[in-house]
Amino acid sequence: MAVLTMAKALNDGLRAAMERDPKVLVMGEDVGKLGGVFRVTDGLQKDFGEQRVLDTPLAESGIIGTAVGLAIRGFRPVCEIQFDGFVFPGYDQIVSQLAKLHFRSQGKVRMPVVVRIPFGGGIGAVEHHSESPEALFAHVAGLKVVACSNPVDAYWMIQQAISCDDPIIFFEPKRRYWEKAEVDLDATPLPLFASRVARAGSTLTLAGYGPVLRTCLEAATAGEADGHDLEVIDLRTLSPLDLGPVVDSVRRTGRLVVVAEAPSESSVAAEVAARVQELCFHSLEAPVIRVSGFDTPYPPSKCEEDYLPDLDRVLDAVDRSLAW
Amino acid sequence: MSDPHDWAPSTPSAPDQHPSREHVLAGLKATDEGGADLVQLLTPEGERVADPRFDQFATDLDSAALQGLYRDMVLVRRFDREGNALQRQGQLGIWVPLLGQEAAQIGAGRALQPQDMAFPSYREHGVAWTRGIDPTELLGIFRGTDHGAWDPKDARFHLYTIVIGNQCLNATGYAMGQRFESKVGEGPEAEATICFFGDGATSQGDVHEGFVWAAVYDAPVVFYFQNNQWAISEPTERQTRVPLYKRAAGYGFPGIRVDGNDVLACLAVTRWALEECRTGNGPVLVEAFTYRMDAHTTSDDPTRYRLADELELWKLKDPIERVRVNLVREHGIGQEFFSGVQAESDALAARFREYCVNMPPPAPDRMFSQVYAEGSTTVDAQRQEYLAYHESFESHGSPAVGGGR
Repeated sequence: MAVLTMAKALNDGLRAAMERDPKVLVMGEDVGKLGGVFRVTDGLQKDFGEQRVLDTPLAESGIIGTAVGLAIRGFRPVCEIQFDGFVFPGYDQIVSQLAKLHFRSQGKVRMPVVVRIPFGGGIGAVEHHSESPEALFAHVAGLKVVACSNPVDAYWMIQQAISCDDPIIFFEPKRRYWEKAEVDLDATPLPLFASRVARAGSTLTLAGYGPVLRTCLEAATAGEADGHDLEVIDLRTLSPLDLGPVVDSVRRTGRLVVVAEAPSESSVAAEVAARVQELCFHSLEAPVIRVSGFDTPYPPSKCEEDYLPDLDRVLDAVDRSLAW
Repeated sequence: MSDPHDWAPSTPSAPDQHPSREHVLAGLKATDEGGADLVQLLTPEGERVADPRFDQFATDLDSAALQGLYRDMVLVRRFDREGNALQRQGQLGIWVPLLGQEAAQIGAGRALQPQDMAFPSYREHGVAWTRGIDPTELLGIFRGTDHGAWDPKDARFHLYTIVIGNQCLNATGYAMGQRFESKVGEGPEAEATICFFGDGATSQGDVHEGFVWAAVYDAPVVFYFQNNQWAISEPTERQTRVPLYKRAAGYGFPGIRVDGNDVLACLAVTRWALEECRTGNGPVLVEAFTYRMDAHTTSDDPTRYRLADELELWKLKDPIERVRVNLVREHGIGQEFFSGVQAESDALAARFREYCVNMPPPAPDRMFSQVYAEGSTTVDAQRQEYLAYHESFESHGSPAVGGGR
């Protein structure tokens, strides 16, 4: 057992993957000597050298595009995009090459590339540092998209993502980087593409991922005072979605609230809501409710308390669902 | 002067095609004392030196003008330091210091005509100053109340651009528009655009594309980059093998390196570059060779990746001190002037601080404002829903809705 922050759990996971496979590379802006702006890659260049931990020029298209080439050559690059809002110069390479090469080559070329993206708000940052663009990737065929929410998952999911032969967009909730948990380094981890019941309950189902998972758990604790027994599901994998545990839960509770920081239109939360009403129509006692960011650009940080789904907004949605 | 052939590097001999690492670093770094390719009018020791090409762009820079430039730099440095302090005291979420880059920014900014347009990155507080942006108008970005308070079209100073290099294409497009509207040519109405970016940005695709578009459309844009030696933790050799100003030759336009800590040289060279653009000889690339004396931002810790010795060496080349020395030695300026500027800068800092700590928080529905020019039913519905939700708390005695614009 070890008590780790999420940032350290990711660091340890990266280290384990690099020790296991000499083809694993880490590349990105400031990931080497500095150890990344969030220190997720701290110490890796010192221990594995400059050929395995690359401080790249400042060009996200270059980071992804060369990772594609390195993957063709047999490497397993783990790219760091410094902040969510900086991924877009690399979006062309992600959509046009990374996502499609396996299909285009009829399976002859594999793309075992992980693109790590710190995402979400709540850290009081300036523009382009607080976004939740996961739907833009979940919508692209050929990519797999996951989001960790806690140090235990961070430790295992990063290793599983690196060993996966498909390209993975790996979202890390930046405002949770410094939260700690006990990590059992000898445990058998849950598979990567599986959602997980984070708290069992019977009154209503809360589903979320990434930074809001903790908000959902806090809502469940707060709900106890009102006599509610909320079940919380960590979606973990956003593409492909693993809705089995959600469907099982909703068939028992009859109510679902989906929580995410991203804007709600055409979002991952919207996809969950649509699929659940298809699969659980006769079990639902209330419409599926989304609690999300708004369909506005991410606002100046003094507005982010209004923008981000917080405990009160989740509980308000719980009340509305239960009152239906 | 602007024939690209004049600026092409000489044909390399075979060994030059594969320079050693030492050779590369020498090319990137060796000019800090005024190498053959570095334009300098004022030495680090404060001595005005002649330059046969650029003196003609500095003939009006008499004692009064030099005092003005000194005042600009002192005031800008003073509120920059206050920004750092306000962040440390929790009044700002972040501050992006310009310490050490005052000459590069004031020199370029004071070369602009009112009709010219400037596109900044996010560190150009000194250029903002020269465009008449009050320093308090910068605060919202760093306190988190707005993304930029000024009107970019009125100020002829675009909003800060945070995504590295994006603005190089935007500036090029603007400059193409100037050309399409026949604003390029002789006469007082002629316009040019200047685009600010950094050494790190030169690796971005948008910067390359900006160079290509500006070249093929003859856009009147000065690409002015401050090479402050560090892109957060990455030194210039992470971005390039050749001195960056030399890249211009490959695109077919002039590139020039100026001592970025020499406000006179920055002013003269930028005047020349803007004049080239205004009269139809653009674009031009200017490398202001300077040094980031503070961290990348207040979130950064440079002790993790660079040596203190380097900073000490650059302190000897401070952009403000050399002007002070020159004013004393060559213009006989006395202490009264310097004390006056100091007092003015302290008053500015006090006003800056006072404004910052009294900024009201934005209203809860601020984020729904101005998302679209013609509105959106989705956003309108979310705004109504959120305000109703918010009011449900007020009726239970929660704090009232904050102020804001």
